[in-house]
Amino acid sequence: MNAHAPILPLLIPFAAALLQMACSRLACQRLIGLSAATLLVLITAWLTVLADDGQLRVYALGNWPAPFGIVLVVDRLAAAMTLLTAILGFTSLLYASTGFDERGLHFHPLFQLQLFGLTGAFLTGDLFNLFVFFEVMLLASYTLLAHGGGLARTRAGISYVVLNLVGSALFLIALGLLYGTLGTLNLADLAHRLTLPGHDPALARLACALLIAVFALKAGLLPLSFWLPHTYTAAGAPVAALFAIMTKVGIVSILRLQTIALAPAMPDLIGHWLTTLALATVVFAALGVVAAVRLRALAAWLTLLSAGTLLVTPAQANAQVDAAAIYYLVQSTLAGAAFFLLAGVIAGQRGPAADQLMAGPPPQATWLKVAFLVLATTLAGLPPFSGFVGKLMLLTTLREVSAGPAIWAVLLTAGFVVMIALARDGCYLVWKHRATTREEPAEEIAWQIATATLLLVAAGPLLAVVARPLSDYAERAAHQLHAPGTYVNAVLGPGRTNDRREATP
Amino acid sequence: MEALLAIAVGVLTACGVFLILRARTFPVLLGLTLLSYAVNLFLFASGRLRLDAPPLIRAGATYTDPLPQALVLTAIVIGFGMTAYLAMLALRGLAESGADHVDARKEP
Repeated sequence: MNAHAPILPLLIPFAAALLQMACSRLACQRLIGLSAATLLVLITAWLTVLADDGQLRVYALGNWPAPFGIVLVVDRLAAAMTLLTAILGFTSLLYASTGFDERGLHFHPLFQLQLFGLTGAFLTGDLFNLFVFFEVMLLASYTLLAHGGGLARTRAGISYVVLNLVGSALFLIALGLLYGTLGTLNLADLAHRLTLPGHDPALARLACALLIAVFALKAGLLPLSFWLPHTYTAAGAPVAALFAIMTKVGIVSILRLQTIALAPAMPDLIGHWLTTLALATVVFAALGVVAAVRLRALAAWLTLLSAGTLLVTPAQANAQVDAAAIYYLVQSTLAGAAFFLLAGVIAGQRGPAADQLMAGPPPQATWLKVAFLVLATTLAGLPPFSGFVGKLMLLTTLREVSAGPAIWAVLLTAGFVVMIALARDGCYLVWKHRATTREEPAEEIAWQIATATLLLVAAGPLLAVVARPLSDYAERAAHQLHAPGTYVNAVLGPGRTNDRREATP
Repeated sequence: MEALLAIAVGVLTACGVFLILRARTFPVLLGLTLLSYAVNLFLFASGRLRLDAPPLIRAGATYTDPLPQALVLTAIVIGFGMTAYLAMLALRGLAESGADHVDARKEP
């Protein structure tokens, strides 16, 4: 069982999707979906604990050895990211299972396929396989984005699909260049061959730069991030909550490529420009937060803000910084997803005002107001919740790097702007009433929706309470990530012998 | 043959990029198709061009690299599915907004 652990996070959602396609009754699909999502949370949690022994678990699909076959590689970071995906998947699905899934066909199989693509993208150790999982993830996301219909979703969908298709074309060009230059697409083998002489370094560099550009498109780095706010705004609440992790796929891919392949061979590739562009993204997103007129748009801009903050880190090539980044990534993803769900709940409570930031009937339930307060505090990075802890860790570790003062200035100013914007928006939602002409009873909140939202909102205080063990885990994960030699040896086998090996070395 | 292939990839890419930059969904769709053709040819060439050689490794015989061919097959299938989905989405945008602008809005 332990030997086959790495493949389980892929098989569960995939099998669930197949079952759901075979059984088209909604109640049956919900049951399968929720049980699969629960199972996925348990399995990935187990995998995360399992990965903490520091051993890299390499799973050779079809038992073909690494440079020839496709491998899945589980390290601490990959395991933790699958767990995060599973938690988001479970809560979003719980939220969606009360009526959102009835607004279109095939919601449940597509949702599982999206989880399949996400976990696959985190686990794979092969670049072409990464492309395939990106496409699985994107194809499901195209359809989930359009789920529920409406002109806004179609409009956002067209530009989102076109942009990502161009991104896929660039990805393939980069892969073709890499294969033509180095003769391999396995990440470990690639890293190994980049350090050897005998290839065209200019072409390899170009290919890596293209790969970074594609990942930056997914992550929402500034000149490539204009699609993100309106796409996330248009998506339905549970879909947008799941999308909160999609930018993180790009960031984790950049981090992995940088630490394993680029740092030993061409450490100067991303150093000069990535930090500048990431800071520009932060500024852009902070302005967007101020300008947002809808709660959901606010959540989208905050997602972009956290992506920009995280993109500051890969160029620093520092294990301490990356450890803080991993903690920040986990807490900001959960908080961002919680905000999307909460925006959905609040929109349902305010009648015609929906989630627009204007005076309207206030949400009736007190827990909604408290949840908004907790979440806004977390997202603005104020004490005592996890947003503060994450930002503190990030800023402390970024003190030593050369671009430190600029990063401090931008991040702190952006945090201040976000705090003001959130305070203003909170006033609109909670205090600024407008008497409606007729008193209409607020929509009843289903217990699934309340549970899903509260679970994610509770992550803010909870992650602050368990910050110590979590940041220790993040630190171990970062150190594991910053040992590219170990990764290469674990995947290719000691001494690069290409003989047949067991699934777990 | 290398020159011919390079010219083909270049022309296809140029036409594809030109069409993608148009503001109507149909040219954009055609542009993406052309771009994916260019990418497929490019991927195919990444295993080097070799005439009259099977993609099978045999002792003493010349062979061509089979991996790029497999990659191209995967890329073709994925690209085809994506293009079909985009066509449906563009049609839906046309039906909902009454215009085929990429922003799904009417021309001013």
